[in-house]
Amino acid sequence: MALIELEDVRRSFTVRTRAGRLRRVKREVRAVDGLSFTVDAGECVGYIGPNGAGKSTTIKMLTGILVPSSGRLRVAGVDPARERTRLAQRIGVVFGQRTTLWWDLPLRDSYELARRIYRIPDARHRANLDRCVELLDLGALLDTPVRQLSLGQRMRGDLAAALLHDPQVLYLDEPTIGLDVVSKAKVREFLREVNTDRGTTVLLTTHDLTDIEQLCGRVMVIDHGRVVYDGGLGGLHAAGESERTLVVDLAEPRPAIEVPGARVVRVEGPRQWLAFPAQDSAAPLLASVAARYPLVDLSVREPAIEDVIARMYAEAVIG
Amino acid sequence: MAETLTARAAWSVRSWWLVAAMWTRSIMAYRISFTLMLLANIATNSLDFVVLLLMFRHTDTLGGWTLPELAFLYGTSGLALGLANLLVGSIDALGQRIRAGTLDIVLIRPAPALAQLCAERFSLRRLGRPLQAGALLAWSLSRLDVHWTPDRLLLMPMMVCAGTVIFACVFIGGASVQFWWDEAKELQNSFTYGGATMLQYPPTVFARELVAGTVFGLPLAFVNWLPALRILDKPDPLGLPAAFQYASPLAAALCVLAAAAAWRAGLRAYRGTGS
Amino acid sequence: MTLTAQLGAVRGGTARLYLAVARGAFRRYATYRAATLAGAFTNTVFGCILAYTFLALWHARPGLGGYDTRQAVTYIWISQALLVTVAVWGGGFQDDVQDRFRTGDIAVDLYRPVDFQGWWLATDLGRAGFHLLARGAVPTLAGMVLFDTRLPADPAVWAAFLVSVLLAVVVSFGLRFLVSLTGFWLHDSEGVRAVMLVVSMFFSGMLLPLALFPGQLGRIAAELPWAALISVPTDVLLERRTGTALLTGLAFQAAWAAVLLAAGRGVQLLATRKVVVQGG
Repeated sequence: MALIELEDVRRSFTVRTRAGRLRRVKREVRAVDGLSFTVDAGECVGYIGPNGAGKSTTIKMLTGILVPSSGRLRVAGVDPARERTRLAQRIGVVFGQRTTLWWDLPLRDSYELARRIYRIPDARHRANLDRCVELLDLGALLDTPVRQLSLGQRMRGDLAAALLHDPQVLYLDEPTIGLDVVSKAKVREFLREVNTDRGTTVLLTTHDLTDIEQLCGRVMVIDHGRVVYDGGLGGLHAAGESERTLVVDLAEPRPAIEVPGARVVRVEGPRQWLAFPAQDSAAPLLASVAARYPLVDLSVREPAIEDVIARMYAEAVIG
Repeated sequence: MAETLTARAAWSVRSWWLVAAMWTRSIMAYRISFTLMLLANIATNSLDFVVLLLMFRHTDTLGGWTLPELAFLYGTSGLALGLANLLVGSIDALGQRIRAGTLDIVLIRPAPALAQLCAERFSLRRLGRPLQAGALLAWSLSRLDVHWTPDRLLLMPMMVCAGTVIFACVFIGGASVQFWWDEAKELQNSFTYGGATMLQYPPTVFARELVAGTVFGLPLAFVNWLPALRILDKPDPLGLPAAFQYASPLAAALCVLAAAAAWRAGLRAYRGTGS
Repeated sequence: MTLTAQLGAVRGGTARLYLAVARGAFRRYATYRAATLAGAFTNTVFGCILAYTFLALWHARPGLGGYDTRQAVTYIWISQALLVTVAVWGGGFQDDVQDRFRTGDIAVDLYRPVDFQGWWLATDLGRAGFHLLARGAVPTLAGMVLFDTRLPADPAVWAAFLVSVLLAVVVSFGLRFLVSLTGFWLHDSEGVRAVMLVVSMFFSGMLLPLALFPGQLGRIAAELPWAALISVPTDVLLERRTGTALLTGLAFQAAWAAVLLAAGRGVQLLATRKVVVQGG
């Protein structure tokens, strides 16, 4: 069942720029330019793209904050532009850099307000809160004023606040930005739990490839307001012709070794860097290296998301 | 239709109440600062009246009105502005919220945006002005020899309520402008605070065109001037029909319609052409 | 560092630095175009309202306080023009300092090679320069168009007025600097600022010329530093202070400026010592 549906959605802004001392020039910018996709219930989708690609404009339209210039848009059976407050009951939103919690009040008070504003029945509120508190390890923080929480603690607090009313869809805008490694891991674990156990549909924007790798079965890449890729992470690598890197430490320095299915891109003493297509498995390559040369150590490096996308754009321009 | 409208209004009031209660609790985290600010607020608001007192050391009447009569205007103007400011005054920070991107947080909650924004940063310290103005109104009534008739008795509460609504509409209408021009806050101040200052003085002090502007333009004259003419039995410098002196509720209703339209247009513009 | 040593240093190469700081502040405020325009409009609206009340008062009592009716109306417009320039309400650099308290940068500021007080004075003079031009000119012109005002034709009076405004800004800075420094001892100086606002609005003559204050209160008010903010500069421009009176007026402002700057210097030393002891 499609929970999010977009059909040829467009959204443009008029931007006024100063030209000269007094003159101003109006310019139309198409932030979203003919976007069509659907997301089924229970999916977890990574929504990525460079800054200014139209990600947050899309999220704002999906939450009903912004109205599309044209096209059809449905979320959980509701037209966001027309029924913003009804939609609000069915979605949860977390902005990584803007908290919805009350700065000077204990965390608990923000949840109490959510109960009243979202009109959540007492029993359900208690059950949901208990569950979030347990999974996000918030027990000790409930009576702490939000201003005293660390960034990671606050993000966990925000996640709980966004889920108390059992939303069908959860939008996350950069949920792990600025967090330390431990907090990132906790947030991801929780999101996986929410997605698989509760079946909540998740749409997240991120700059962190690991978020997508660990959470999302599907990635959508947007650029200049259009979807330029929609599929699995592996396919993204193929589409972008991205390469992973096998780093091997040989027993002794050698000239560039020769292995089928990979090419040496760098040699530094006994250490050599071998690039191979990202969708290929590293195992057979490793086996053939080990069969021919004595190995001391090895590691596999993932491609950076920016590189993958950048290469894809280059393709798109040529194609 | 009527039923859903009442339900929506009730939900708006409740949302306002919930958010205002959160802010009150927030501010009580700084209790001493709160008390100091309440006192400072009362003192600041009293300055205008001290100036009036000093003026009346040099004269017995200003524009043909005595000190207790001016105190009546001062009290009713301050009461209306103060109550409006208490209830919806925070809306004037809208431009800041748009710039900081925090307006979006209000828009993702299942409650009316206007109600939430009016309660935002709600502070009981704003009670300073209505308290001080109310006290002066009481003093003026004790010194004035009003010939109380039923219509005059009725005009008193009607005037305060309508005045509060009119000023609240000026706040909301002014804030709506910030959807297009986010630095319009100060402009709005000149209509709210400037308007209230004007209403502290008798209409006879000002140029007729200016007074006419407050009747037929921005209808501030209905806040206290026109009903006060009737209650205190003073001549109308514009010579308008007596009906105008009873028309405050009507003016307030028109203001509500205008402010609601402005707000809806502003919000639509933000969601339609936002940044 | 003592005040004289400080002045010596300024007279040396650092004068150019402070000039650059002031120019920077001027430009920064000049970028807030829309806000400046809206502010000037507000000054004009209040000017109109208050001018009418003064007209009514002087209609009842011509020549009150030694002002003729035109002077009384002009008084309102000059005071509106000066309100933001001399920051009778507070503000200007105070908001920046308050931000630095919030972020904790203030402790570092005390140890910069540039003098703390001198730096903020320079920014405030730059700000005042912009506000005098932008928020002073509009209400003055509006007042001239809408009302029968009385501005001097003699350029010497205008020159004296500018000197007086400069001194007014320095006195105002001295007062606001002391208020801001209370932030080193108090949790937040907002309460002090609020009290200062009331005192400043009243005793500067912003709401009513000090000459209209009754007996003893009027005499005391004329000697307080706030008189240097509005009362003295307006009297200079209205030519109520000429000859010796002009000189004593300017000397009065200069004396308060010196006293307040010295006091600010002293409190700054105490603050520095406190930061050293407590480590910020």
